[in-house]
Amino acid sequence: MRRRLFWDRFFEKSFSLSAVLAVLILGGIFGMLLYNGLRAFGSIAPGYFFSLAEWNPAAYTAPSYGIGAMLTGTVLTTLGAMVFAVPVGIGMAFFVSEIAPPRARAMLKPAVEMLAAVPSVVVGFLGIVLVGPFLAGLFHLPNGLNALNGAILLAVMALPAVVTVADDAIHAVPHTYKEASYALGANRWETLVRVTLPSCYSGILAAVMLGMGRAIGETMTVLMATGNATAFPNGFFDPVRTITATVAIEMGEVPAGTPHYFSLFACALVLFLLTLIVNVLAERITSNLRKRGQ
Amino acid sequence: MMAKKHIQLFGIASLVTCAAIVVGFLGLILFDLAWKGGIVLNWEFLVRYPKKGMTEGGIFPAVFGTAVVTLLATALAAPLGIACAVWLQEYAPDTPLTRLVRASIRNLAGVPSIVYGLFGLAVFVEGMGMGMSVLASGCTLALLTLPSVITTTEEALRNVPRLLREGALALGATRWETIRAIVLPAAVPGILTGIILALSRAAGETAPILFTGVAFYSRYLPASVFDEFMALPYHLYILSTQHHDPVAVRPLAYGTALVLLALVLMLNSVAFVVRARHR
Repeated sequence: MRRRLFWDRFFEKSFSLSAVLAVLILGGIFGMLLYNGLRAFGSIAPGYFFSLAEWNPAAYTAPSYGIGAMLTGTVLTTLGAMVFAVPVGIGMAFFVSEIAPPRARAMLKPAVEMLAAVPSVVVGFLGIVLVGPFLAGLFHLPNGLNALNGAILLAVMALPAVVTVADDAIHAVPHTYKEASYALGANRWETLVRVTLPSCYSGILAAVMLGMGRAIGETMTVLMATGNATAFPNGFFDPVRTITATVAIEMGEVPAGTPHYFSLFACALVLFLLTLIVNVLAERITSNLRKRGQ
Repeated sequence: MMAKKHIQLFGIASLVTCAAIVVGFLGLILFDLAWKGGIVLNWEFLVRYPKKGMTEGGIFPAVFGTAVVTLLATALAAPLGIACAVWLQEYAPDTPLTRLVRASIRNLAGVPSIVYGLFGLAVFVEGMGMGMSVLASGCTLALLTLPSVITTTEEALRNVPRLLREGALALGATRWETIRAIVLPAAVPGILTGIILALSRAAGETAPILFTGVAFYSRYLPASVFDEFMALPYHLYILSTQHHDPVAVRPLAYGTALVLLALVLMLNSVAFVVRARHR
């Protein structure tokens, strides 16, 4: 018996180590970014780093490090993507969970999972060969590699997350609410808009936040399809370069230990904090929801 | 009364449109790749090396590299992820530490893949001296897929009825004996689904391997885990943006994209079937 209890304790302890590992990895990522990222500010003033100054760290005489234009690129493509993905994603979630007959639902859910599985590099490739030429023809542009292209692709990448989480939120609305509404003579649409939607409002907000987190952190699609100009964009038809793309392009070529090297870690730190804030907000919303549901 | 009906009709029609747009995106992706990639796809394309500056030939080293690094990543992530999920679901008391572990896992799932790439560069490539290698990329991808392995395994464990556990414990089994003999066997299909989805995710990722081991072109297959490798997603990226003549190699890029998509969707379908069978 003692032996058997020993093994029980042994596995409990050794499995708990792997759980602690999860904390260590997150802490390690944050620590690594802080350690390397903050060293950038030894030679670059923080105010300058976040300014609209040019991003030209490879310049021979006077390298400059301003991420303002790239932050704008990230914000522009992400918001553009959300303008598209939020209504379409939520609309589809309502259709799947409230309107669609069971057979349609059984086909639509795997379709969303399939879309979620498409690798980002494939979406980026289609941005070059399909969306780019399409936009160029539609708006008479020399090429279609711009912020709008990136926004469309990011919308495709964010859609599955929005649909899935919104669908879960809609499902969590108690049946009795809807039944009460029908009993009062409301039709399906009125019930959906006036009863179901307000009851799962915060869950849908969480879906939007998660989709946004996905879009901010996306690398390959924007790297391939937004034109990658470091100049400040004046609109959706200008090429942009996001923070993720900058790290992806420059990290492979920069010598370790230089200010340029550390400045890329600082970029990644900004990116990490942005996505962390968005994800923590989304989590707050859902945990509040869960507490209220109990 | 008539107006109400019209509003409802219009409303539902707009929801149908939303669903149609999403399905349309998927259809467009599948159709375009199958159509234009199908032309170049044949057995030779899969088993030949790239030739003449990657303007001709096949993609064998990329297929091989992706297979090896994906399997390695999953072989590393699966035991750790399952152990972590078993602890959380079967052993963990509700303490601040447990809540911290859960919060960490949720947040790890939201960390951008390029940040994992930087972590891999700083820790595995430089810190541990693995260099640009299959091993460093495999470890980085393992970290990336870990949260999803943990989450799916936890869900599989949660779906095992409590009564089974209580029955085993009442017969005098220890917690570990219950887990090994009762809980884990019942959760195998769910865990397997999670592992296959992790494979699929790792196979399609580009950003984490960019600075940890993937090579632009290599004449030989990696001879050990300390060699660089070629990978399908990176090969597609190279062919479509970094090649000196991207228009000329477009058919090859289409073929590569189709192979990658087919691989990922095949894994997802297997996961789907495993899950559907055991429900």
